[in-house]
Amino acid sequence: MKLFSKKIIFLFLIPTLSVVICFKLIPIIYAFILSFYNAPLGMLEGFISFGNYRELLSSKDFYTVLLQTFYFVICALPFEIGIALFFAILLNRQLKGLSLYRTVYFLPVVTSVVAVAIVWKWIFKVDGGLANQFLGLFGSQGLKWLEEPRGIFILMANSLGFSIPSYLEGPSLALVSVIVFSVWKALGYNLIIFMSGLKNIPDELYEAAKIDGASNWQQFRHITLPLLSPTTFYILIMSTIGTFQAFNQIYIMTEGGPIGTTKVIVYYLYEQAFDSHRMGYASAISLVLFVIILTLTLVQRKVAEKRVFYG
Amino acid sequence: MHKKLLIHLILIIFGITMMTPFIWMLLTSFKSPQEAISQDFHLLPDKIDLSNYIKAWKKVPFTIYFENTIIMTLFVTLIVLMTSSLAAFIFAWADFKGKDVIFYFLLSMMMVPMPVFLIPNYIILDKLNWLDTFYALIVPWSINIFSIFLLRQHFKTIPKDLIEAAVIDGCTPLKILWHVVIPLSKPSLVTVGIFNIIGTWNSFMWPLVVTNSDDMRVIQVGLSFFNQGEGTQWTLQMAAATFTIIPVLIIYFIAQRGIMANFARSGIKG
Repeated sequence: MKLFSKKIIFLFLIPTLSVVICFKLIPIIYAFILSFYNAPLGMLEGFISFGNYRELLSSKDFYTVLLQTFYFVICALPFEIGIALFFAILLNRQLKGLSLYRTVYFLPVVTSVVAVAIVWKWIFKVDGGLANQFLGLFGSQGLKWLEEPRGIFILMANSLGFSIPSYLEGPSLALVSVIVFSVWKALGYNLIIFMSGLKNIPDELYEAAKIDGASNWQQFRHITLPLLSPTTFYILIMSTIGTFQAFNQIYIMTEGGPIGTTKVIVYYLYEQAFDSHRMGYASAISLVLFVIILTLTLVQRKVAEKRVFYG
Repeated sequence: MHKKLLIHLILIIFGITMMTPFIWMLLTSFKSPQEAISQDFHLLPDKIDLSNYIKAWKKVPFTIYFENTIIMTLFVTLIVLMTSSLAAFIFAWADFKGKDVIFYFLLSMMMVPMPVFLIPNYIILDKLNWLDTFYALIVPWSINIFSIFLLRQHFKTIPKDLIEAAVIDGCTPLKILWHVVIPLSKPSLVTVGIFNIIGTWNSFMWPLVVTNSDDMRVIQVGLSFFNQGEGTQWTLQMAAATFTIIPVLIIYFIAQRGIMANFARSGIKG
């Protein structure tokens, strides 16, 4: 039975659809068109065909930015996911104070990035910051944290007394500091999702495994991991998408510096669009970002089809 | 028994690590500038002194920033609740050609990364002469696709018979929504509301781009400019960070259960 007339359906959907069309669909199309123009001020002036893309793909800056973005994602993800999984498993039992622990771990997720990034900037301050005070307790010298452009592998090698070639330097300590912050900020979110995933694994499986004499590790390896794989997969995709779009913490903590070593793709996009007023070029960057994220999502999905266990 | 103790120990140490930035923020916000940067390290402030809060509040017009943020947050949240209820109502119970198409269209729009929209929307808002107005802060965010999906999920748990009976009794759809569906969905409407309040309160990149005058500045942008301008006065910075976070913390502590349950379903990150 048809409950509602066409008119009603139309009227109820029109607010949503009009906003989605005006501020999502048309903008995507416009961004696409814009990426073929010079468009210094955002008007469709100066058609240059694939000029922006050509410039982008031959620009050394862009590759540096891309490399740093990948560093960001690759360094942040294992910790964001690994630590969250570890603590979700610890919390997945009858425990006193469970909800208090959960509340505390989740707190960074709901607080504003701007405020907590400023707090971490103060923690990483070179003289008198908490991080260096802490290092001082062990008698070690302070680090330059957010102001250190040198790569962490170079710093490690230097402190051990040998040198390594510059292509092995890795992300700068400044970028690593931003990553530490980002892991702290995002952890709680993954933890909560892992916890709800773990709750769905029936206890009987573990009991049966115990009777059969399976060790903790075997239970983890053969029950938890496979049954949790849809959750892990979801978190992996969400975290990849999220870390690829890191902007706020960079804007607050380093503004892309020192010597550009914390510039990631969205920060670069922002700079090109709103500092250099190169709207066409910046649109091209945004579409490249879109394609990268889309590709990664599809690849992860392909891999997951083979490996994820959907019960 | 020993195992439980060990687990608690690990959880507590991790908890303290996670809380350290917040504790450090609070402690610093009570210190005098000399105390905060003094060479010999103290953890605790000499006395609880609120003067940093007063000074920070007076340094830049935080009152205006708070007012703007409250206006933006209230409007966005209320309008999102209305638009999402309407759309969710249709997706839950109406049958029509193209329903799936529209549904997947919305889903795919949700997958597009936000930075893609930033530049074209900036230009569109400029053309509309909306830059630096509340329209720019509110209208593009007046629908929220995730909220639609979440509400639809909850609406679907209401028996269809109830809706059919109301239709047969001659109730108009708007009346059904208002008198039948909404009273039965209060908890989910509240969580959608809270979700939008926190998201809007914390929003930064969008307001940074679409506003520029001091009169239109919202709290997150105001705080970041305060950090750029007075970056060396850490005690004031920590006081300002604290009062920016407090409203969200209050809401979080009141409603945390619902918040976490829905964050777990959302795929929206802070």
